[in-house]
Amino acid sequence: MSNISRRKIITTGLAATAGASGLVLGVRTADRCGLIPPDHSGIYGAGATLTYAAQRLLTRHSLAREFPASQISKPPFAKFRPFKNESYDRLRAGGFVDWRVDIDGMVARPASFSLAELRQFPARTQITALACEEGWSFIAEWTGVPLSHILGLAGALPQARYVVYYSIQPGRQHSIDMDDALHPQTTLVYAMNGGDLPIGHGGPLRLRLARQLGYKNVKYLTRLTVTDTLKGFVSRSSYAWYAGI
Amino acid sequence: MASPARPIVDAAPARAEIPRHSVLVRVTHWITTLCFFALLLSGVEILISHPRFYWGETGNPMSPSLFDLPIPASRPWVNTGYNFVLPDQNGWSRSLHFEAAWTVILTGLVYAILGVWSRHFRKNLLPVRAGLTWRALGQDIAAHLAFRRPTAVDARSYNTLQRITYLLVIFALFPLMIWTGLAMSLAVTSVFPFLATACGGQQSARTIHFFATGLLVVFLAIHIIMICRAGFRNRVRAMIAGRIRVSEDR
Repeated sequence: MSNISRRKIITTGLAATAGASGLVLGVRTADRCGLIPPDHSGIYGAGATLTYAAQRLLTRHSLAREFPASQISKPPFAKFRPFKNESYDRLRAGGFVDWRVDIDGMVARPASFSLAELRQFPARTQITALACEEGWSFIAEWTGVPLSHILGLAGALPQARYVVYYSIQPGRQHSIDMDDALHPQTTLVYAMNGGDLPIGHGGPLRLRLARQLGYKNVKYLTRLTVTDTLKGFVSRSSYAWYAGI
Repeated sequence: MASPARPIVDAAPARAEIPRHSVLVRVTHWITTLCFFALLLSGVEILISHPRFYWGETGNPMSPSLFDLPIPASRPWVNTGYNFVLPDQNGWSRSLHFEAAWTVILTGLVYAILGVWSRHFRKNLLPVRAGLTWRALGQDIAAHLAFRRPTAVDARSYNTLQRITYLLVIFALFPLMIWTGLAMSLAVTSVFPFLATACGGQQSARTIHFFATGLLVVFLAIHIIMICRAGFRNRVRAMIAGRIRVSEDR
């Protein structure tokens, strides 16, 4: 009797140790492969991590569906609440000619670009859907500079892991991993459906992420920060950091 | 130390208990139950932020809807006809929805694999040939419609209608929920576009997700009514402890 229990205890202990070390090793490997999101802790961390890891394994390079021009939503819906912002109003009064987007952080050459400069860069036009976490969606034609081009110009350092991007509206910021930052459909959009990007849609400049929900598509873009950690950047919002579903 | 002589338990039929549900069925049943309520609650919470439904690829407050639910919304830009806005709880609701979805998918995988392995589906859920004749099915349906109490035989195994219903819920409705849920994701459809296009578009998938939820709620309601008719305590005890009293009939 006691012999069996002892053997049982030893095997159980060995199995538990192997399991625990396997788990630690697995988590470490997953982190090295970029499968652990910054909001992996907390009660919803497991779900957020599984979603991010599964989608990263499947969707690292896939392109969001693009649609024919006939499917462009008319009129496009803008969830727009008028806001009071002195700098924005001043830039708007000047026809946004002084609007600039800065790039700093882990880059070899911090830079600042005007809208006119952005329009000189190679552009990408895509007809993709923007879906809101609320449930509605619309399709539009978006034109802008791929973020990868800007990152190339500024010389993002190899240890870069995330890009934090800021709206002119204080506190409005989000961040993405390098897979999404370098994704060909991730663009700094200045035109929509053939015209300037309307104010309601984030004009003059919006970060367009074709594979994530609307709330990650920050409007009134003014700044990009390249970083290797999101400590101090991620707000503890109850919304998932990765909005691929 | 010798244990005191135990009186011989009289095996009166009124107290006879037989094993009913395997550990696999019991554990996965209650995890699924928990997840279902979490998904339903959070799903309703997400739904009220936009209680309009569309058919096709897109739909928004500027486009005509397929139908609107006659309820107020938790966001001000949806024109619901109500002049008030419900509290918005989408943040934790979305997180809970996906956490519960992952839990139920992993549970379902374990259930499906071990269910095949242990011959659970073949033994307990696949309708027996004798029950699949029109006559037998007719009798079964008539018994259900007449609201007849389940017989002692029903305590030992599932009847044909029950088997068909469970199989449909497990292998049709649950996969449909997962399919249409994934079809709403822009990232998932970037790899598997057919998930959305086969539904007729992303918004169609959302509408199907809603109706499939409705079917699951109807199933749950009937399931609970049937459990009550068959003897609530005995059936719930069987799903927890695994054994069921047979001769009492309820």
